Amino acid sequence: MTLTEDKILELLKEVKDPEIPVISLVDLGVITGIEIENDHVTVNMTPTFIGCPAMDYMKQDVVDVLNKNGIDNHTVNLNLKTTWSSDLISDEGKRALKKFGLAPPPVHNNVIEDLDIIEHAECPNCDSTNTTLKSPFGPTLCRSLHHCNSCGEAFESFKPI
Amino acid sequence: MTEEALKDLLYKIADDLLILGHRNSEWTGVGPLLEEDIAFSSMAQDKVGQSLAFYNLLHELGEQDPDTVAFTRNADQFHNSQFVELPIGEYDFSLIRHFLFDHADYIRFSMLADCPIEELAQVARKLKGEIKYHVMHANTWIKQLATANEEAHDRLQKSLDEALPYALGVFEPSKFEKEIIDAGVYPGEKAIEEQWKENIAIVLEQAGLKLPDWNTIKPVYGGRDGKHTEHLQPLVEEMSEVFRVDPSADW
Repeated sequence: MTLTEDKILELLKEVKDPEIPVISLVDLGVITGIEIENDHVTVNMTPTFIGCPAMDYMKQDVVDVLNKNGIDNHTVNLNLKTTWSSDLISDEGKRALKKFGLAPPPVHNNVIEDLDIIEHAECPNCDSTNTTLKSPFGPTLCRSLHHCNSCGEAFESFKPI
Repeated sequence: MTEEALKDLLYKIADDLLILGHRNSEWTGVGPLLEEDIAFSSMAQDKVGQSLAFYNLLHELGEQDPDTVAFTRNADQFHNSQFVELPIGEYDFSLIRHFLFDHADYIRFSMLADCPIEELAQVARKLKGEIKYHVMHANTWIKQLATANEEAHDRLQKSLDEALPYALGVFEPSKFEKEIIDAGVYPGEKAIEEQWKENIAIVLEQAGLKLPDWNTIKPVYGGRDGKHTEHLQPLVEEMSEVFRVDPSADW
C-alpha cells in the first residue's frame, strides 16, 4: 500500500471528538498536518482549548487508528504550531454539529470584539435567529448556552474562537 | 537574556493562573445562579489548563514535571500575585477580581504573542483567544450588575476599592524587568499596567463605577518574591491533598 496524505486523512475521519461524537477530528480542524517521509507518518494536531481534557484521548485515538490500519511507523504530535480556530471547522463538520443539535460557530476571520457575535446564534432546531445568549460558558469549554425565543428550546452553540 | 529571567517570568504567569483557577473552582456548586456556577467552573478549567502549558514550558527548561511543581511547593515558593490568592469572598468581589485580572492577562498575552521566543509566543497566541471570553464575560456582568440597582452598584464599588491595591500588585516589576524588556520578550509590567488602566476605565465608566486617583493607591507587592497572605498556604494544602496522599492517583 502506498501511503498518501489523502489516504491518512480518510483513515482519520474515523476518529471522532469524544465529547461531540458526530464530528471527526479532520472536520474539526484539529489535524493540522500530515507528513510522509519514506514509510514514516507524522500527524500534527493542535488543541481546541488548551484546558480541554479530551485532547489526550483524541491523540490516543489517532495512534490507535494508525496502528489498526497497519501503520506502526508513526509520530503523533500535539502542539501549538498552528493555533486552532473555529474557522478551521469544515462545512461537513458544521452540518454535523447542527444535526447533533449544536449551533455551528459563525465565521469570524479573527475578529471577535464582543459577545454580540454569539448574541443571536441560529437555533439548530428551527433556524430562527430570534434567540438569546444565556452564557458564553457551557457544559464544555467550547460551548455557549442559548435560548430560542421562537421555538422555546434551550440549545448550545459551538463558540467562535 | 538569562534562562533564570525567563523562568521567573513563566513562573509568575503560571502560578497566577493555577491559583486563580483554583479560587474560581470554589464557585462550583455554589454560584449565585446556574449560568455563573458553570461560567466560573469553566474559567477555572481554562486557567488550570493554561497554567499547565506554562509549567510544561518550564519543564522543557529543566524544571520538575508540572504535577510536582504544582503540588509539592509551599506557599512561600509560589510567585503568584497576592491578588489571586485572596478568598473568593462574596460574588461581587470574585466578579471584580475576575474583571481586573483577566483584563491584565489579556494584555499580557496579546504582548507575548509577538515574543521572539516562539514556544512562548505560540502559547500566548492560543491563550489570547480563550481569555477574550473571560474578559467579555466580566464586562457583561460588571455593566449589568452595576447598573441594576443601588445595592448591586454599591457592592461592586466597595469591592473595586478593596481590590485595586492588590490588582496593581499583579504588575510588580521583577528584578529581571530590564533584561526581559531589552530582549524584546514583551514591553514589561509598566506597559501592561498603563494599557490596563485605559481598558478598565472604559468599562467602569459605562458601568457607572468610579476609579480613584491612581496616585492615592499603594500597590500590594511581594507575591512575586514569595511573600503571601495567610490565605495561600491553606489553599495550597487543599489543592495538593490528593497528590500528597497518593502521588500516582489517576482518574
